[in-house]
Amino acid sequence: MIELAHVSKRYPERGDALRDLSFRLEAGEMAFLTGHSGAGKSTLLKLIGLLERPSHGSIRVGGEDLARLPRRRIPAHRRRIGMVFQDHRLLAGRSVFDNVALPLVTAGMPRDEIGRRVRAALDQVGLLKLERALPLTLSSGEQQRVGIARAVVGRPEVILADEPTGNLDPDLSREIFRLFERFHQLGVSLLIATHDLALIRAMGHRTLVLKQGRLVADAIPRPPAPQAAPEPVS
Amino acid sequence: MSARGPRWLRCLLTWAGEHRRAATETIDRLARAPLGTLMTVAAIAIALALPATLLAITDNLEALADDWRRGAALSLFLAPELDETTAEALAAALRLRIDIDRVDVISRAQGLAELREHSGLGSAVEQLPDNPLPVVLGVYPAADLTPGDDVDALLASLAVLPGVDFAQADAQWIRRLNAILSLLREGVLLLGAMLALGVVLVVGNTIRLETENRRDEIQVMDLVGATGAFIRRPFLYAGAWYGLLGGLLAWALVDAAMWLLQAPAGRVAALYDAELQLTALDLRQSLSLLGVGTLLGVVGSRIAVGRHLARLRPV
Repeated sequence: MIELAHVSKRYPERGDALRDLSFRLEAGEMAFLTGHSGAGKSTLLKLIGLLERPSHGSIRVGGEDLARLPRRRIPAHRRRIGMVFQDHRLLAGRSVFDNVALPLVTAGMPRDEIGRRVRAALDQVGLLKLERALPLTLSSGEQQRVGIARAVVGRPEVILADEPTGNLDPDLSREIFRLFERFHQLGVSLLIATHDLALIRAMGHRTLVLKQGRLVADAIPRPPAPQAAPEPVS
Repeated sequence: MSARGPRWLRCLLTWAGEHRRAATETIDRLARAPLGTLMTVAAIAIALALPATLLAITDNLEALADDWRRGAALSLFLAPELDETTAEALAAALRLRIDIDRVDVISRAQGLAELREHSGLGSAVEQLPDNPLPVVLGVYPAADLTPGDDVDALLASLAVLPGVDFAQADAQWIRRLNAILSLLREGVLLLGAMLALGVVLVVGNTIRLETENRRDEIQVMDLVGATGAFIRRPFLYAGAWYGLLGGLLAWALVDAAMWLLQAPAGRVAALYDAELQLTALDLRQSLSLLGVGTLLGVVGSRIAVGRHLARLRPV
């Protein structure tokens, strides 16, 4: 699904953000991307989403070489990818329905089909009753679920999430990850950048660890050891 | 909308619906900021109204000059030895020509009387021992002759007739006026081009501020896969609305200017024994004004939003 070969990204003002990165994410696979702040997680997601282009190396998504993708086809590429952000990036002046509908509207989909798909996506994230609400009237967790509904409404092949639970408490974070898990079970590929090591361990999916722009680990973490039962008091 | 019908038709209807939505949302947005909108529209209107008013005045003066030229006679000064009987015979022959409408014979005595009356040399004329003036034929060209080439050709053909000493077009001053009007028209077009650039800059700057205000919205649309055309659409409609409203206001200003200028222009025309009824822009010119305004608005907007998108999307 996603294949990176010797990808590097250098910013003139900051130096190397990514160095010689190679990995492959199979179709339907779910993986976490972790590392310290500045390790290159967001940069990597931006390169896959074609918000930026790599300085070196190649990235293929669904067999398509992004380096050869002409500018006019970038919007179509982005519509194949659902993106979820820490700050939700919702349009404050538009209703929940309109926010979720945005990728379909931009794709020129018929209105009746948009209505069906948006309601289905909102149903999946449990927000069907709030379709007329404005984002600012929602809680942070609800706003993130709107962001996820917007990411999945176009039935993307892959979802990229950049710190999707960064602003959420542990309970809401688990709820969001359960949503991701549900999409994974539906066959969507997911690459999720997060600091939340506890959740990563609990989920038990492949984890890519970045350090100073290099891939330093690529493994499935061991689930946490079951807590030892308290010894009986004699 | 019903789910029936082919998918391409439903997509087309959705596309048309998105245009309608962009157009109405944009006009709503402009209406929510009436002062800012009015200032932009007024700036555009003034820039459009100035050359349009000058053009309308030039058109009116050209029409007046054309009327004067059509009404002007060619004067044929006959040889001094020709008497009035011969002149009448020549006039009768000329009246048979299809390129001549009318021929008046001005006798020596009439010529002297006119000289005495209009030259301001009345007492000097009285001192003349005898009448030195020749008989003059006043020749009026047929109405279908084009002022300019056709009349010049007629004048040349009359000048070489036997018995004609000298031929002169009385509309020489009108020709000079026309040359001045032609220069004025060129100047108005040049001024119009400069002010059109001004309109593009005014709209461009307004839309640039709008894109800055809606930066987040543009970024989100870009992230979810909106095409450049989709992102540009509401801004292009805003530019079109600004231009169209500016054009409408300019049209009203031109009309008002013509109404205000009617009385003074009429007084000037009266000094030349003429009547001048100033007309504002005709239908074609009015539609052109609205079209040019709208087009300039779209161009200004396209440049501004294009630059913004290029900055936003370095990829």
